[in-house]
Amino acid sequence: MTQENKTLKAGEPILRLEGIGKQFGAVTALDDIALEVRAGEVVALVGDNGAGKSTLVKVLAGVFQPTSGTIEYLGEKVSLETPGKALEMGIATVFQDLALCENLDVVSNLFLGHEVSPWRLDEVQMEVRAWTLLQELAARIPSVREPIASLSGGQRQTVAIARSLLLDPKIIMLDEPTAALGVAQTAEVLNLIERVRDRGHGVILISHNMEDVRAVADRIVVLRLGKNNGTYTADTSHQELVSAITGASENSVSRRAAKKLEEVGDIQ
Amino acid sequence: MTQDSNTNIPQLDRADARVRHDTGLAGAVRGFIDQVRSGDLGMLPVLVGLLLISVVFSSLNPVFLAPNNLVNLLFDAAAVGLIALGVVCVLLLGEIDLSIGSMSGLASAMTGVLWVNAGVPLPVTIIAVALTGAFVGVVFGFLRNQFEMPSFVATLAGLLTLLGLQLYILGPTGSINMPFTSPLVRFGQILIMPAWLSYIVAILPGALIVFGTLRTNQQRLAAGLSSSGMSVAIAKAVILSAALGFAVFYLEQGRGVPWMFGAFVFLVVILDYALVRTQWGRSMFAVGGNAEAARRSGINVNRIRMSAFVVCSTFAALGGVFAAARLASASQQAGTGDVNLNAIAAAVIGGTSLFGGRGSAWSALLGVLVIMAISNGLTLLNLSSSLRYMITGAVLAIAVIVDSLARRSRASNGRA
Repeated sequence: MTQENKTLKAGEPILRLEGIGKQFGAVTALDDIALEVRAGEVVALVGDNGAGKSTLVKVLAGVFQPTSGTIEYLGEKVSLETPGKALEMGIATVFQDLALCENLDVVSNLFLGHEVSPWRLDEVQMEVRAWTLLQELAARIPSVREPIASLSGGQRQTVAIARSLLLDPKIIMLDEPTAALGVAQTAEVLNLIERVRDRGHGVILISHNMEDVRAVADRIVVLRLGKNNGTYTADTSHQELVSAITGASENSVSRRAAKKLEEVGDIQ
Repeated sequence: MTQDSNTNIPQLDRADARVRHDTGLAGAVRGFIDQVRSGDLGMLPVLVGLLLISVVFSSLNPVFLAPNNLVNLLFDAAAVGLIALGVVCVLLLGEIDLSIGSMSGLASAMTGVLWVNAGVPLPVTIIAVALTGAFVGVVFGFLRNQFEMPSFVATLAGLLTLLGLQLYILGPTGSINMPFTSPLVRFGQILIMPAWLSYIVAILPGALIVFGTLRTNQQRLAAGLSSSGMSVAIAKAVILSAALGFAVFYLEQGRGVPWMFGAFVFLVVILDYALVRTQWGRSMFAVGGNAEAARRSGINVNRIRMSAFVVCSTFAALGGVFAAARLASASQQAGTGDVNLNAIAAAVIGGTSLFGGRGSAWSALLGVLVIMAISNGLTLLNLSSSLRYMITGAVLAIAVIVDSLARRSRASNGRA
């Protein structure tokens, strides 16, 4: 792997998408999407339900194949045929549904597909690395030898994030990573995202939580109905973001906000 | 001072105060009771079943527990056990193979035609039969992967096709007898392991448990992890060695332990290692638990599925050779009747779930003992095969019900 020997300078592009489209039968889930991720930056992907965020993530993870467009990774055109290939190249993903095997324990899930010594599994070494990784994430997992089925939603989320970090990826994609987390864990995940960014990796963050997005994102890419709908920065006002996401300044969210303002005005 | 600092820093895996860590013998017992309560029955149904069967059949006919009858039982168990071993692999993925009976029948027919009729050397014949099994597995895997044909249907079609092939190659005579003095038939009917070897094999698992635990504990301590106490391992080893030692002693009162059964147990040990200690085995469990998650982890799900069908059909073919050796003939009846269901029932009774993701190679061994004990006991009672089929069918139904109930209980107790 020649790619892994390259050291990336901050700001150097890792991933560039151009004209990505994805059709599901008659439905156009993605249409002419452009996206660039540079080393050492957090790109937030926001949009309403059905905007195509998860589809885009799955295209990048090798789960779906795009119907059109090109993916450039470290300056070379690539095709991500399988999830295995994406992982190998250094694109790690934390899926919204986590994609964990409930019948296996935490260690097995962390190392799934990348076990230490395939012909004679080194359980001790894997367990030590599992604990170290989980402690770095300040995770509260009672035992790494319990099946995933016995863990809570937040614990599963942490396991999924830990797993994505295991292979030291160049880019990590997080699909709604904080949705199931408590206050402390959310802060930990945000810290973690910054730590990953500071190590010179690219992060793609998908979230509905504008507070989280504005806290860590360097750029905010808005998708709407499968198309790009502008790129913003963390300084952009909440209202501006919302109107980009919903597609108009006149919508249910802004009407609600306006109504509230009126009420406040009435009282005063 | 160093002592203090050691006790203050918890081991890597002992940092969470909310978890009860069972230690020592009492802890092991408590852990086991918890496990059973939550629906993780392990070997319990098999042990209860064997006990029940022994009591019922020996009270109806005392010959049942006679050493030589048990030796016969082990001879009979090897062939079906080998088939059940393959079934474990496909069940782990949540798939099924209904063609195993026909595959074993075809294998025994091939053995007769190639070895007896055409004079092909025995080792070459066995290799050819195993390769045929592997090829059939590749076909099933291909149908499953490329056409997403449910394995239930694909192997049902395979059942008929292979049965037709078996009848075709046997020709109009329909049956080929094998020479009684040949090594294959002697292996299937006469050859017994020497007593000293049987005793060594009986003590081996206990010794392995003790030494294995010692080594793991050393590694874990060196890595800063907690280690399990030796008392549990020693107790396990003593109980296991005593039980196996007694079993061998009892069988030695008759003819002894058949080589054929020894060969079957050897293959069980190998498959167990492959399932528990290799990446392939881990991938099997992952695909059985959540195929999509396994795929996204970079596992080649199609290849794993293919491998499971190949292993299953190959073991079924070898089981057919064993059956031919046992019966000293290859006939049109080989592999028909209850062979299919006996093999699947053995795997399920032994604790491999029909729903995928749970099971072990040992379930083939344990389950086949139960199934064969029932079949042997019913034969001793001179019951017709009609009754035998009905009773075996009922036992399979009970095993699946236990599996379903245990699964429901595990789900509500947060275990997979």
